[in-house]
Amino acid sequence: MLARPGLPDFEYIRAETPQDVFRLLGEKGDKIKLLMGGTDLFIQMRDRSEGAEILLDVKYLPGMQEINFNKKKGLTVGAAVTLNQLSIHPDVKTHYGILSQSADTVGNYQLRNRATLGGNLCNASPSADLAPAALVYEGTVCLTGPDGNRELGVDEFMIGPGKTALKAGEFLTGLHFSIPPPDAVGQYLKLGRSKKGDLAIVGVAVLGYSDSEVPSGFRFRIGLNSTAPTPYRVPQAEELLAQNQITEEILNQAADEAMKVSAPIEDVRATALYQKKMVRNLTFKSLKEVWDLLKKS
Amino acid sequence: MAIHAISLIVNGTKEQVQVPSNMTLIHTLREKLGYTGTKNGCEAGECGACTVLVDGEPVNSCLVLAVEMDSKEITTIEGLADSGQLTPLQEAFAELNAVQCGYCTPGMLMAATALLSRNPYPSEGDIVEALVGNLCRCTGYQRIIDAVQKASRNGGAR
Repeated sequence: MLARPGLPDFEYIRAETPQDVFRLLGEKGDKIKLLMGGTDLFIQMRDRSEGAEILLDVKYLPGMQEINFNKKKGLTVGAAVTLNQLSIHPDVKTHYGILSQSADTVGNYQLRNRATLGGNLCNASPSADLAPAALVYEGTVCLTGPDGNRELGVDEFMIGPGKTALKAGEFLTGLHFSIPPPDAVGQYLKLGRSKKGDLAIVGVAVLGYSDSEVPSGFRFRIGLNSTAPTPYRVPQAEELLAQNQITEEILNQAADEAMKVSAPIEDVRATALYQKKMVRNLTFKSLKEVWDLLKKS
Repeated sequence: MAIHAISLIVNGTKEQVQVPSNMTLIHTLREKLGYTGTKNGCEAGECGACTVLVDGEPVNSCLVLAVEMDSKEITTIEGLADSGQLTPLQEAFAELNAVQCGYCTPGMLMAATALLSRNPYPSEGDIVEALVGNLCRCTGYQRIIDAVQKASRNGGAR
């Protein structure tokens, strides 16, 4: 006797080449779901909120599980790299610390051995934990389809809850991040119902670095999740911090701007009002801590 | 639905089995191969009762398709003790009564075995972090944490 009804019927096919994927997507369209880690997909299928005739496993395609770092070109991460692989990779830890830190906040260790960076973004949950970091490092998604390859900013990729800018026949092969400014420091703060293992009620990534071209001498990038239909940056707050001498008052004003643009919904995890207030508090806390780190360096 | 012939190495023994596409690893282990030590809990990757090692790394076997596991080495709770000789971790669980109803224990031991393999001297924080995905509704966790620390002092996972 099973505790749950189990997974519905489907065919499993392991894709050996990108052409296999294009052909099957062309023939079967939305009757196919692409599989990498499956940690979201299997639960959606078990609960019958998603169905598919075919699960097409794309994680064994060339490059999908590779991490490559080059001091000039930056970081390329295959879509099927697991969150544990991302989190412990020495170059990711050194140069893209917020990505490593964010990966470590997802679910639990066992889950992170299967969950992938690409899946976290393709699932397009408003609470995607890797999205704020991908936004503040200004990553691009690498897409391939029958008409060739293209790149899009991470900010253009997630277009609504569960919706991405993938066109019919296309799939995500990886992400690219250019080299961050040399003195960049940052962090991801996540509020959940428990300290570990839960989805974000609010998540905020802040990246700060010096920039002599702007009046304040510093730039900050702020990425938030879980508090709007898609993860988002807060350009109003970022501009305020670039144009004005950094003081506690300005950090507070920037946090207020983040609260203003947040648009959370009531859900099982928190009320909208609580989420808005915590956007403000966590943005301020993170800005202050990153600012303190910048002053020391 | 297609049936796939796969071969696995489970606790050192080569197993050949036919599985439908939608059969998860836990159901294959329990119902096709008889490794019922692995427990089925939430089937959502949250409770960790179904944790097994795949090529030495812990995964939730409820969220892995058996067909994906062709040629992989699987270690279940039945594979920890060697000829009846418990591992230091199992000894510590028994000595410190880190078990009450026992349902979470196989998953807990597999996750803790993996922790001690990658980090033989974990801090209390490391242990808590590594076992976030293993829920226990009986013990209150402290004895489990104590047992992992004791095993760490007594030679680690094995």
